[in-house]
Amino acid sequence: MPDIKITPLGAGQDVGRSCILLSMGGKNIMLDCGMHMGYNDERRFPDFSYIVPEGPITSQIDCVIISHFHLDHCGALPYMSEMVGYTGPIYMTHPTKAIAPILLEDMRKVAVERKGESNFFTSQMIKDCMKKVTAVTLHQSVMVDNELEIKAYYAGHVLGAAMFWIRVGSQSVVYTGDYNMTPDRHLGAAWIDKCRPDLLISESTYATTIRDSKRCRERDFLKKVHECVEKGGKVLIPVFALGRAQELCILLETYWERMNLKYPVYFALGLTEKANNYYKMFITWTNQKIRKTFVQRNMFDFKHIKPFDKSYIDNPGAMVVFATPGMLHAGLSLNIFKKWAPYEQNMVIMPGFCVQGTVGHKILNGAKKVEFENRQVVDVKMTVEYMSFSAHADAKGIMQLIQYCEPKNVLLVHGEAQKMEFLKDKIEKEFKINCYMPANGETCVINTPAKIPIDVSLRLLKAESVRYNAQPPDPKRRRVIHGILCVKDNRLSLLDIDEVCEEIGINRHVIRFTSTVRFEDPGPAARTAEKLKALLSEKLQGWSITISDGNISVESVLIKVEGEDDNTKNIYVSWTNQDEDLGSYILGLLQSIVQ
Amino acid sequence: MCSLRAVIYCLSADAAKPCFVLSFKELLIMLDCGLSAHSVLSFLPLPQVPSQRLAALPTYMPPHLSDPLLDGELKECCGRVFVDSTPELCPPLDKVVEFSQLDVILISNYTCMMALPFITEGTGFKGQVYATEPTLQIGRFYLEELAEWLSAAPRAHAARRWKEVLHLLPPPLCDAHKPRSWRTLYAPDTLARALARVRIVGYDQNIDLYGALEATAVSSGFCLGSANWVIRSAHEKVAYVSGSSTLTTHPRPINQAALRGADLLLLAALTQTPAHNPDNMLGDLCMHAAMTLRGGGSVLIPCYPSGVIYDLLECLSAHLDNAGLAQVPLFFISPVADSSLAYSNILAEWVSGGKQARVYLPEEPFPHAQLVRSARLAHHRRLHEGGFSADFRQPCVVFCGHPSLRFGDAVHFIEMWASNPLHAVIFTEPDFPYMEALAPFQPLAMKAFHCPIDTSLNFSQANKLVRELRPGALALPEQYAGTGAAGRPAINVEERPTLVLRRGGVVRCGVRRRAARGWLSAELAASLAPRELRPGLQAAPLAARVVRRDNRLRLEPAEAVTGGGRAPPPRYEWSAPNVDELVRQLAREGITDAKVEAGTDGCMVHLPRHDTLLHLDRHSTHIFCSGRPELRAAIRRALHHCLPSI
Repeated sequence: MPDIKITPLGAGQDVGRSCILLSMGGKNIMLDCGMHMGYNDERRFPDFSYIVPEGPITSQIDCVIISHFHLDHCGALPYMSEMVGYTGPIYMTHPTKAIAPILLEDMRKVAVERKGESNFFTSQMIKDCMKKVTAVTLHQSVMVDNELEIKAYYAGHVLGAAMFWIRVGSQSVVYTGDYNMTPDRHLGAAWIDKCRPDLLISESTYATTIRDSKRCRERDFLKKVHECVEKGGKVLIPVFALGRAQELCILLETYWERMNLKYPVYFALGLTEKANNYYKMFITWTNQKIRKTFVQRNMFDFKHIKPFDKSYIDNPGAMVVFATPGMLHAGLSLNIFKKWAPYEQNMVIMPGFCVQGTVGHKILNGAKKVEFENRQVVDVKMTVEYMSFSAHADAKGIMQLIQYCEPKNVLLVHGEAQKMEFLKDKIEKEFKINCYMPANGETCVINTPAKIPIDVSLRLLKAESVRYNAQPPDPKRRRVIHGILCVKDNRLSLLDIDEVCEEIGINRHVIRFTSTVRFEDPGPAARTAEKLKALLSEKLQGWSITISDGNISVESVLIKVEGEDDNTKNIYVSWTNQDEDLGSYILGLLQSIVQ
Repeated sequence: MCSLRAVIYCLSADAAKPCFVLSFKELLIMLDCGLSAHSVLSFLPLPQVPSQRLAALPTYMPPHLSDPLLDGELKECCGRVFVDSTPELCPPLDKVVEFSQLDVILISNYTCMMALPFITEGTGFKGQVYATEPTLQIGRFYLEELAEWLSAAPRAHAARRWKEVLHLLPPPLCDAHKPRSWRTLYAPDTLARALARVRIVGYDQNIDLYGALEATAVSSGFCLGSANWVIRSAHEKVAYVSGSSTLTTHPRPINQAALRGADLLLLAALTQTPAHNPDNMLGDLCMHAAMTLRGGGSVLIPCYPSGVIYDLLECLSAHLDNAGLAQVPLFFISPVADSSLAYSNILAEWVSGGKQARVYLPEEPFPHAQLVRSARLAHHRRLHEGGFSADFRQPCVVFCGHPSLRFGDAVHFIEMWASNPLHAVIFTEPDFPYMEALAPFQPLAMKAFHCPIDTSLNFSQANKLVRELRPGALALPEQYAGTGAAGRPAINVEERPTLVLRRGGVVRCGVRRRAARGWLSAELAASLAPRELRPGLQAAPLAARVVRRDNRLRLEPAEAVTGGGRAPPPRYEWSAPNVDELVRQLAREGITDAKVEAGTDGCMVHLPRHDTLLHLDRHSTHIFCSGRPELRAAIRRALHHCLPSI
């Protein structure tokens, strides 16, 4: 039985970093190659020594697929390709290829320049790594080699996020990466066709959440921001440079416009314009509405949102600041947080998920004091709000995706164990399929039924259809073909015996049996034949039985009735050796009638 | 040998605007639906603003004919006769194939889809239409532009009578090809409905066609989103190559590998100007433009709203910069100018590698966005809408449609500049003979240059391509076949069977099918034990139930006759038994009374005690025996030992 093996090196019952090994049909594929934002040591990268303790890694991995540009999905890629020494193919979509190096460079700067880490990859390594990437477009079928095929589907999580369908021979797997099943202000909803994979590997960040309606969340967010700035408070919104940030900017921009507000809104990033340029360039990846109207008005040209300068941190009065990074684990957002946290009138809105170990995670869990490496302690008096804006599918969305693509098995990753457990139960009950949730380093083996391609001779098929079509239509009638299965150069074909003989140059020898049964049945032979036919039809339902000139044929078995009127009849039953089964059955049947 | 065949119908007389229907595996697949616009040249231009000169042209009446119905339908200009009516177009032939029966329409590029509404709307069409995203978007621009211009100056009266007296009219009007089948353009809502049917595909995306076939669009290198189509089943492959280019311009390069080894290659839309090298023409164009501008004249380039214009903007602006003419404004006038410029810069996934690399910076793939920002290039919806007259200054370069000079704002510029020898018109689009385009504007004082830029394959490139792709058979329109007049370039690949297609014609081609793809169930496969028949060939007999669903063939285990359990696989024997050996084997089974009697072509073996007769010859053994199953089993075993079998 062919099977599929999956080993998460990350994202197995956690949301830290995604890196999943997939083996099927003799191919090894790495799905995502992320880094963990909560660690500062070697634990942040996946444990590549798991794949091969030492020696070259390239021979062990046939390809690496990156689902989107978030660092917890691509952060370890330069490490793997430039420092571990992987030289095989890497696939991602065009927007991911464009944006990922910018985020990697950002992270590198924070790690090396701010934290003074060594043994980190360099800018040049990021560039060299990206040169090895093959960019793919949606729905394009890419042959990695003769047997391994991949295809990207729209995932709607961030610009350029994709789900990947992966096929080796007759086995197939869908890896969702992160996805979102509800369209938002700038992206569309994830979509996949009914591809019926053997296995669906789905993220499950919001496995137990059913998010309230999009509009309510947006109204809530705007209300909170508005109330805070009205009281003269400062609002900090930690975001990642690309993705959620653009959606929230569109939201605030339209609200400020409508309410005619004058409070300053800042976007704290040199990248702003550049980031928005990417959105303009890859507008085909945004949602329908933006695509339709972009010629008249580009949604990413903001009127109210201005670039931020560090000196504004201490400015008096209300303001709203978008600052990177999104989990308050380093950089500018953390600096601003340290300054603003001790004041009650201020507010921090966490618009996305925070991994364990980050400041964001701590304050979301209600920490009132946060201690930093240099023993600095910050009191958190500001309001801390969490709003799930990060575009992951919720439980409903995950179930919907399963319904769309009809997998035979589901495997959950990128979620918390407890919540996964709940969803796993739900999936198994609702869809009656197996659901798995391996932990990191744990290998999950999934059996798949073999689907074996075979070339069937048209001569055989045609002969069968001629036989079938000669009969009155009956959907229950069995349709059987007899032939010779040939295995040549590892390919299967089903041929007619004569075709095989022709091919290997031998003469067929036909063995035929004929037996006679005596039957006392006065009257014309034709009537006896009719009688027998009625009898056989009753016994052999679903078989084609015909009669012509007093000869009955049951598929290839011939029955002939001979004899004078008013006399004993000779019934000849004749069949070839191949039909021994049917022939002897009919003969036995006739013999039992006679006695 | 069983061989199903494919049939190709050819519905278009214009090889550059092809329309074929391929009937294959019980599906009717339309390949492209090109609209030939050649017919518009027979008509008088439709000026956007009333033109006194055109209105004053004398009415024409054939000599010795006085037909009041014909009165006013024809006008004469400089010895040429034109029809004074809304220009009409020549859609693909209907009635050869019932459009309602079409299953699929595959479109290769936006120049070959203009007849789509004629095929899909009001015909009962129920199939699917597939095209790439740029093909749909840019095709929409072309069609919307055409619709807007043709509806700009509606005529109350459509001239029809002239078609009845065609034989009395002077050339070239009398040579018009079947003008009664010409049609005026569809209404905008019809157009919108037709375009709404189009399903978007990406390059290398495999599309399932009703389970019977798979179709894939592969890059053809001709324009943004242009595709060649590969249609295949598990065993057959048909490649449709239409509008391809091996030159390096702005689109993604051609994917030749995907076209290799097809059983049938259908070739269409080669270059319309085989005598002109596009690179040289581009150079000439830049030179003529610079000379005219230096002399104080303006340049009109009649063109379509997308395609070569992107290359022209890029090259011409660079050339003018180098020639010290950086201050000369460029105007692009089209109802879809803004959309066309904007869209071209978001199609990063469809452009050449060089242009794609710019997106990663991020910069627009085409420099025209920069030209617009720096106010070097101005685009306007139409001439007489606000903004243009304020911007307009001379000398300048105007890009404007329609290339036929029968409608669109280009008509106005020609009328305005015709009498001034300082100005120039440069023809780049290959669809219309430029002298005919200019005919209703004669006498003409302005300069006219012909620099056709057609990046489609020329004949030597196409010959080379066919040789490399090694198709089993080749099909092409009659215009390309090597049977034409001497000296005309042609496709000539001697060692391949070649089918020649002409409008309205049908050809059958031998895409041989010997086998169908099926799926063997694992259960059935596990029950088989193949034996080696010959080195490298293993075989096992197989009895299988055939299950067909969704056009897919599955082989499942067959039940035994008596119900319950699985039918044993049949056994097949070959060669001939040795009679002595058979007698020995029968004895081993306890049948010792065998009497052998030689016949003419074999022999008889009597088993008197068992009331049984075996009749043997070289190809068969016939056993007449009483009904006892044990005896039959014994004979079978004996035969089995003397015959090789599977």
